[in-house]
Amino acid sequence: MRVKFNWVAVAVVSLVGLTAAQSAVAADEVNLYSARKEKLIKPLLDRFTHTTGIKVNLVTGKADVLLKRLQMEGKNSPADLLITTDAGRLHRAKAAGVTQGFKSSLLESEIPASFRDSEGHWYGLTLRSRPILYVKGRVNPAELSTYEALADPKWRGRICIRSSSNIYNQSLVASMVASSDVAKTEMWVAGLVKNFARPPKGGDRDQIKAAAAGQCDIAIANTYYLAGMLTSKDAGQRAAAEKMAVFWPNQNGRGAHVNVSGIALTKAAKNRANAIKLAEYLIGEAAQKWYAEKNGEYPVRAGVAQSSVLEHWGKFKMDSLNLSRLGELNPDAVKLMDRAGWK
Amino acid sequence: MQSDSLELKIKTAFQRPAFNFLSFGVVALCLLMALPVMVIVGYIFVPAGDVWQHLADTVLKDYVSNSLLLMLGVAIGVLVLGVGAAWQTSMCDFPGRKIFEWALLLPMAMPAYIIAYTYTGLFDFAGPLQTLIREMTGLGYGEYWFPEIRSVEGAAIMLSLVLYPYVYLLTRAAFLSQSICVLDVSRTLGNGPWRTFFTVALPLARPAIIAGLSLALMETLADYGTVQYFGVSTFTTGIFRTWFGLDNSAAAAQLSAMLLLFVFILVMLERISRRQAKYHHTSQRHQAIVRFKLSGLRGVAAFSFCFVVLFLGFLLPAGQLLYWALTTAEESLDLDFLILVWNSLKLAGLAAILALCLALFLGYANRLQNGWLVKTAVRVAGMGYAVPGTVIAVGVIIPFAAFDNAVDAWMDETFGLPTGLLLSGTLVALLFAYLVRFLAVALQTVEAGLGRIRPSMDEAARSMGCKSQEIIRRVHIPMLKGSLLTALLLVFVDVLKELPATLILRPFNFNTLAVRAYELASDERLADASYAALTIVVAGILPVILLSRSITRSRHEDTT
Repeated sequence: MRVKFNWVAVAVVSLVGLTAAQSAVAADEVNLYSARKEKLIKPLLDRFTHTTGIKVNLVTGKADVLLKRLQMEGKNSPADLLITTDAGRLHRAKAAGVTQGFKSSLLESEIPASFRDSEGHWYGLTLRSRPILYVKGRVNPAELSTYEALADPKWRGRICIRSSSNIYNQSLVASMVASSDVAKTEMWVAGLVKNFARPPKGGDRDQIKAAAAGQCDIAIANTYYLAGMLTSKDAGQRAAAEKMAVFWPNQNGRGAHVNVSGIALTKAAKNRANAIKLAEYLIGEAAQKWYAEKNGEYPVRAGVAQSSVLEHWGKFKMDSLNLSRLGELNPDAVKLMDRAGWK
Repeated sequence: MQSDSLELKIKTAFQRPAFNFLSFGVVALCLLMALPVMVIVGYIFVPAGDVWQHLADTVLKDYVSNSLLLMLGVAIGVLVLGVGAAWQTSMCDFPGRKIFEWALLLPMAMPAYIIAYTYTGLFDFAGPLQTLIREMTGLGYGEYWFPEIRSVEGAAIMLSLVLYPYVYLLTRAAFLSQSICVLDVSRTLGNGPWRTFFTVALPLARPAIIAGLSLALMETLADYGTVQYFGVSTFTTGIFRTWFGLDNSAAAAQLSAMLLLFVFILVMLERISRRQAKYHHTSQRHQAIVRFKLSGLRGVAAFSFCFVVLFLGFLLPAGQLLYWALTTAEESLDLDFLILVWNSLKLAGLAAILALCLALFLGYANRLQNGWLVKTAVRVAGMGYAVPGTVIAVGVIIPFAAFDNAVDAWMDETFGLPTGLLLSGTLVALLFAYLVRFLAVALQTVEAGLGRIRPSMDEAARSMGCKSQEIIRRVHIPMLKGSLLTALLLVFVDVLKELPATLILRPFNFNTLAVRAYELASDERLADASYAALTIVVAGILPVILLSRSITRSRHEDTT
């Protein structure tokens, strides 16, 4: 038995040591909860630290759970900033009361009003578009027009799209509810589901690969996945991506669906000034350009030189719906997709 | 003398039937371990609005039927692979057996979602194999038949391939510890290997098999990565969808509670089967196993069986990862990467040691106490294994943050010294979550080991004047050594692979291999994820080999 107690002692001592090491704090720092993956945020944070001398502490994770963590930690939360990769979650954070509004003349002048919260609770950082991708040669782009038209029976068995559990699909459907209503959107989804080439599975890249391989003619995916495939070191992925072309839908109407990755200041923020500095840094030209080049996302700030891949796909009209609506309508969207049988 | 009176005290304390110090400790500890699960279950009293009607009308049927199908498939898969491989490597002799003995454990080091990614990469419609078929035959989509890898059946196969080692490990240990006399008797009665297997060895090993099976099934219920990627709607994906998509945490928690009901049934079945099998070998006289010599075709068959299992469960996916790592990955080995490795090993090691200590404590308490209160408490403490890591993590965040904030408020009020968050966002919270999640693994293994020590052995030792400490040192430790090591390494490998709780609970600037692999893979950069995934596998291999050797050695020691 004595052996066991020694083990316990060792474990306790090491735990205490670990905790003490964790709680050591530097003076000039800012703490960030990020739903952006480390690979797509850390390099920028390092540059920020390099220029300003402000240390950034980072935890990455899924947006919903980071939000839960913020909520539970309450006023003692160490986080100053929350970054998510879709507007719905930012709206949810605001509704949960874990964010606070802040003013920044730079952010307000550079970010279009539809891509930020009216009270300054969150600001969009990059734009992510979800257009129609089609296989060159198998689809005549003149046949394509709007998202709505994809429910037409002529596309029976020709469309690949991932599961309705995915937030990007939920946001897309929410944007359609915003532009019409639940009943019409449900009918549309029912029609779209009938046109699926296969039950939804995999991620956005999988849809592109399936289309390129001939399983379907149209894939709905975020453009940065296509961009990532085009610049991949894997020849197979490059070949698949090169078979695809981008069609911007609803150009005569509300515009193509876009979402944002965005940033919010937490209510518990203790390093407020540093936090705002970081938010402003991320909207700066260097950071905006980095996202365009590194991950094929569209700069939210006007006048930033885009990567050649993005240039190639051309300019397009974006849906100007205020993205807070996506968060508000998300539960409706999920329910109607359940009813219409979108797995 | 002093130790004698102490021992007497302990003894009387242990043997008192009603409520006492030990059972109080056990119950308190178990309650602590069950806290995250109870927090979630507590939500069943929060009204969830009309969401249930919606779920029942639309998707609930799928969740239930897919979860059941998946469990059935995995049960068949792990039993056939695990028991088959265990029998052949421990009781038969055929070419390559010595290598298969440990190599068959390797798939354990492969996270389920990683094997799912690699198989999809290979066998999907757009993958190299089907592309080759199309190029050779000129057929297009829908013009030829090919099994759909991303389906319920596919998910069952993926999970079986990485979960069978649980059954293999425990069953093999059981076969090896079976008194050879029993098998000899069977043989002298003229039974061949097959008959001996089915009528003697299998029933004797049943507790171990069931223990392994229930671990595999609980892991199946908790799986999120594989089913989500395959687009199979199960309870786990449903919980996430309800919680995040419908923004209804009450309904999500109620779904989790339903999931726990499944687990509870599973645990009960395991208990019942173990109760019926409460027998111990009457002879511990172990001799060197005379293995069934499989020569000719039968040898080839045994070899092929083991090789195919190893190939599908490890060589193929690991080979694919290696290929990706060498050709397309952008990741490289640098200092950052070494820190990831160190973090992973540190967490896994600490969690394994803590889990073993707890399991030993609970296992002994259960053995000595034998009351319904302790028994139930110990069962409840092990429930966390079947709960998805994300749910556990949220169940940890809620009470920890509440505790921290309460302490902070009190300290601030009474002493003007706000303490902030003491435990939330530290490794303590994370390690606690690991324990909640994986205690069952250590517990099952330790209890299986304790079960082999017959009470009459304690009595015999005692009658020969051994004191409690001596009994533990001279009887229990030698007999338990294998089980303890098994428990330690199982938890170690499990924590190494663990993702959701790590993702949610880790402190600032702290990453592990699993987190890195997941972040890249979920960004659909599978090739880039291969480095981290391979390192998890490699880090898991060493303990796996150690484990296998120690099991084999334990057998040899017995025989000398």
